Amino acid sequence: MAKKTAAISIKNLDKTYLTGTKALQNVSLDIKQGDFFGLLGSNGAGKTTMIGCITSLVQKTGGKIQVHGIDIDKDFGKAKSFIGVVPQEFNFHIFETVLNIVCYQAGFYGIERDEAEKRAEPILKRLNLWQKKDEQARNLSGGMKRRLMIARALIHKPKLLILDEPTAGVDVELRVDMWEYLKKLNKEGLTILLTTHYLEEAEQLTNQIAILQNGKLIENKPTKELLTTLNEETYVINFSKKPSKKLIQKLNLTQVDDETTFEVTLKQKDTISSFISKIPSSDAEVLDIRPKGNRLEQLYLQLTSKK
Amino acid sequence: MLSQQLISYKTIVTKEIKRYIRIWTQTLLPPVINQTLYFLIFGSFIGSQIGDLDGFTYMEFIVPGLIMMSIINSSFQNVVGSFYIAKFQNSIEELLVSPTSNLTIIAGYITGGVTRGLLVGFLVFLVSLFFTDISVYSPITVIIFSTLTSCLFSMLALINAIFAKNFDHTSIVTTFVLTPLTYLGGVFYSIDRLPQIWQTISQFNPIVYMIDGIRFGFLGINTYSVYLSISIITLLLVFTTVLAYYFIKKSHGLRS
Repeated sequence: MAKKTAAISIKNLDKTYLTGTKALQNVSLDIKQGDFFGLLGSNGAGKTTMIGCITSLVQKTGGKIQVHGIDIDKDFGKAKSFIGVVPQEFNFHIFETVLNIVCYQAGFYGIERDEAEKRAEPILKRLNLWQKKDEQARNLSGGMKRRLMIARALIHKPKLLILDEPTAGVDVELRVDMWEYLKKLNKEGLTILLTTHYLEEAEQLTNQIAILQNGKLIENKPTKELLTTLNEETYVINFSKKPSKKLIQKLNLTQVDDETTFEVTLKQKDTISSFISKIPSSDAEVLDIRPKGNRLEQLYLQLTSKK
Repeated sequence: MLSQQLISYKTIVTKEIKRYIRIWTQTLLPPVINQTLYFLIFGSFIGSQIGDLDGFTYMEFIVPGLIMMSIINSSFQNVVGSFYIAKFQNSIEELLVSPTSNLTIIAGYITGGVTRGLLVGFLVFLVSLFFTDISVYSPITVIIFSTLTSCLFSMLALINAIFAKNFDHTSIVTTFVLTPLTYLGGVFYSIDRLPQIWQTISQFNPIVYMIDGIRFGFLGINTYSVYLSISIITLLLVFTTVLAYYFIKKSHGLRS
C-alpha cells in the first residue's frame, strides 16, 4: 500500500529575525494526515514563528516545508488552500459583521458568496454564533471572537487546521465544548496542529506531541509514549488526622496547606496501592489521593529543565 | 486557479465598496461639501469679479480641476486608509494566509480606490451643475483621465500604506506632496498665464497634466498635448505598479 503523504513535512527549518534572534534552529518534523498534533513550548520557544512559516506570515530563512506534498516555495497558493488558520491574536476587521467576516474569507479562497453563506450556516450554528451573524465583530465577547476565528478557518473546508492557542482566555465550559468540537472534526479526518499553554488540553486532545525550546525541537513522540517516560509523579494526600512524625519521615511526606494535607513524589515503579499499603492502620487514614498537576505538565517541566 | 483569483478579486472589491459606502458620511459627503464651498467662494463670489479665461467663465474653468482634485484625494484616502487599518488590525492576514496572489491583492485595493475616486468625482460634477451648465466636450477623454489618475493615486496610496508604521505616516504624503502639487497644478489658474519660469517649473508637476487633460475633456482647451499627458500618467502608473508589486512580494511591513 502506498504511503500517505504527510499533512506537513518540515525539514531543517530555520528562522532568524533581522534583529539576529534565532527563533527556529534546524527544526524537522512530520505531521501525519489525521493526526491531532500538539506543539508545546514556553513563551518565545518558536511555536508561533513555526506556524507563521507554514502559513506565510513569517518568511523562513532556511529549510523546506511541504503541505500535503506541495512545496511552499514552489506553489504556496496551492499549499495555502489546504490550510485553515486560527491565530493567537484576533485579526478580523472589528467593524464587519460575523457573516461577512466568514464569507469574505471564503471569497479569498475562491468560494462564491452564495456557496459561502450555505457553508457558513451550519458552522456558525455549531459554534453558537448564528444568532449573532449580523452583529459587528467588535460587539462579541472574547469567547465568541475565538469561535468566530474557528468558523472563519473552517469555511473553505481545509485539510489541515492550525490552532495557535485557541482556548486562551476562554471559560472552562466553553473550552470543553470547543474540545468536543475539535475532537469531532479530527475524527472526521481533519488533521489538526494545536499549540497551547494548557498541557491538560494537549493531553486530552492530541495523539502526538512535539516540544520546542529556544527554537529547537527537544521532543517529538506519540502522547501515550511520551507520558510513559514520566519517571516520577507528585500526589496530594488528605489524611483523616495528622500522621505521626515517624510516618511522615518514612514516606517522605511534605506538609501543604493544613496539618492533614501532604504531598508525596512517587517514582514510576512505585504504585499508589503499594504506597498506601505502607501506612499502618493504627496511624492516620487516607481519605483522598490525587495527582498534583496533570502528568504532561510534570513531564514538560522535567524535559525542559533537563534539556 | 484563474477563477479562484477572480472570485478573490471580486471579494476584495465588494468589501472595499461596502466599507466606504457604510461610512459615507466620512468618505463621500466631506469631499462633496468641500468642493461645493470652492464653487461658492471661488466660482460665485470671487469668480464673478474675474473675467473670462480662455473663453470660459471662471466657474466653468475651475470645475474640471476641482473634480480632478476630489478624484485624486478620494482614491488616495480610500486605499491608504483601508490598507493601513487592515495592517494595523492585522486583518490583512486574512488575505495573506489565503491563496490570493499579490497581483490580485493589488488589483482589488486599487479598484476599490478607483471606484470611490470616480464616484466622488461624479457627485462633485453633479453638484457643479447647480452652479454652471457645463457641458462635456469629450466624455471619453474625461473617463480616460479620471480612471488613469485615480489608478495612479490609489497605487501611490498603497505604497504609502505598505510603509506606514503609524497613522501619522498615512497623512504625510497628503499634507506635504499631494495638497501642494494639486493646488499648484492649475486648478484655479491657467498655466499659460504664469511667468515663464513658473511655467517651466510646473512642467515637473505631474498633476498639471492630469488637470490639463480633464479640462480638455470638459472644455476642449489644453496647454499640453492630450497624448503627452496620457503618456506621462501611464508611465507613472506602470512605474508605481512595479514598485507596489515589488514591495508586496518582498512583504515590506506585512510579513516578518
